Amino acid sequence: MPPVLEVKNLYKVYGTKPAVNHIDFSIDENCCFGLLGPNGAGKTTTIEIIEGITKPTSGELFYMNHPIGAEFRQQAGIQFQNTALQDFLTVRETLILFHSLYQDTLPIEKLIEMCQLEEFLHQGVKNISGGQRQRLLLAIALANNPKILFLDEPTTGLDPSARRIFWDLINEIKKNKTAIVLTTHYMEEAYYLCDEIAIMDQGKIIAQGTPNSLLADYFDHVIIQIPKADFTLPIDHFNLPVFQQDESVEIHTDNVNMVIETLISNQISLNRLQIRSRTLEDLFIELTGSKLTS
Amino acid sequence: MKKFWAIFYARNIEFWRDKASLGWNFIMPFFLVTTIYFIFSDGQQYQYKVALYHSPTQIKDTQKLSFLSTKYIHFIQVDVLPDAIKKVKHHQYDLLIEIGSSYKYWINSSSPKSYILEKILLSDPPKQLTRQILKGGETNYIDWFIPGILGMNMMFSCLFGVGYTIVRYRKNQFLRRLKATPLTPFTFITAQVVSRLFIVSTVTSIIFFGCKLFINFKVEGSYLLLLLIMLLGAFCMISFGVMMAGRTKSEELAGGILNLVTWPMMLLSEIWFSLDSAIIPNISINSYYQSRASRYDRRV
Repeated sequence: MPPVLEVKNLYKVYGTKPAVNHIDFSIDENCCFGLLGPNGAGKTTTIEIIEGITKPTSGELFYMNHPIGAEFRQQAGIQFQNTALQDFLTVRETLILFHSLYQDTLPIEKLIEMCQLEEFLHQGVKNISGGQRQRLLLAIALANNPKILFLDEPTTGLDPSARRIFWDLINEIKKNKTAIVLTTHYMEEAYYLCDEIAIMDQGKIIAQGTPNSLLADYFDHVIIQIPKADFTLPIDHFNLPVFQQDESVEIHTDNVNMVIETLISNQISLNRLQIRSRTLEDLFIELTGSKLTS
Repeated sequence: MKKFWAIFYARNIEFWRDKASLGWNFIMPFFLVTTIYFIFSDGQQYQYKVALYHSPTQIKDTQKLSFLSTKYIHFIQVDVLPDAIKKVKHHQYDLLIEIGSSYKYWINSSSPKSYILEKILLSDPPKQLTRQILKGGETNYIDWFIPGILGMNMMFSCLFGVGYTIVRYRKNQFLRRLKATPLTPFTFITAQVVSRLFIVSTVTSIIFFGCKLFINFKVEGSYLLLLLIMLLGAFCMISFGVMMAGRTKSEELAGGILNLVTWPMMLLSEIWFSLDSAIIPNISINSYYQSRASRYDRRV
């Protein structure tokens, strides 16, 4: 089975600064591919080039083994982060409008059911909430029963409950063997939804793989956190990396038992001790040096 | 075709549900027509208008016409005799005098002002004076005003309804969203143009026949020709709107460009008043707008 999407040596330069600097990746059927990176890393430019919104300076794009063309436009679903819709249409009318632009489509009623639009179907698009709007935009993106779906920061600005609902929808879509390209600032979201991620920085892909394999490649330790008030030992007491944070002390170790024994032997309270694995956010900061913002 | 109808339908719905735009399109012209109708319905216009045409065969020793020094008469120099005769017929001029080797004057037999002016003229007549009688009903101000107000409404609706709207679509990234679909720019623009033609012709027809029903203004000529001219005029304006929208990214700039186009048309195309007695330099752009307006005016 050929990859659904193949990006080869993609390059885009604005003035003298390359926004996308010779990147390669491919996305298989049924794969949720996360494209992560700090602001200005080149993710949006990459996505816009694939979607046909922006022209590349050089490079090749293949959809189902063929150069991207009319077939791709018919079969790709796209959800932009900020899409203005026609103000005076209802949710249903907006859905019908976009539904009419494609040849092979899912039935309207199925889209409504899939994206849970029933309760606000006859409301004007101006009057729906952020979460409802994102569900409508997802329904629009799914109107053509896409083989590949682009989701650009689909949950930015949503409350945790709305975000969870959205994640469930994405998981349902994944069951239909649809390839998904997801950009997000939420590492938890990327970890939960993505089968493969690529981290971009300054136009280049600096790490790529499954979330767990990337974490395994870059981290071989966990973090033990203890509130500063409870940590009565001198910092250099351990022969391990110990980091002082604002309100806690972090010990990075691959031998939790030894650290805990040492803490107990030094009569340090373990009541508020926390042990956490390294996350994608840690990896992101490690690789890019940037804090995540959304 | 399905895509075309989808855009066409959506654009029409957007228009009809936008109460502000809808109100502007219907209420404003009705309000202006009604107001002007009541203001000018008494027909009292105290100023006489006399057109003077200097014939190329004029000789220098033509006897001086004392009539030309009469007070409270506005004398207007005209260059095209047939146009001036037509205006006497329509009561736009009260009297026309050709000054050449002899004098010739035209009056409208149904105009009281022509009658008065003729009496004044004949109180001290030159030796060689020829009288020409014309017949033709008066063009009331409302007859003058309605074509202009309909044209103005069409102009605003076409320019702002298409040009400004496309700029707004571009700014709020709706166009960007459509670009990611199989919809071609040609289909999108065609749907926009046809949608606006449909809206403009519907609105204009409703206002036209509404005014005809309640005010019964004068209409001469073919309704089919009128419809054809209306559609062609609207198409031109829509095309200009699309052309402007093609390269404009800011709504403010679009508004400025459209105002730049519409205001001279408003002021110089004789929508409100005849510019025969206006103190405006007869520059070429003025003549251009006037010739456009007179062509439009001849329809009604």
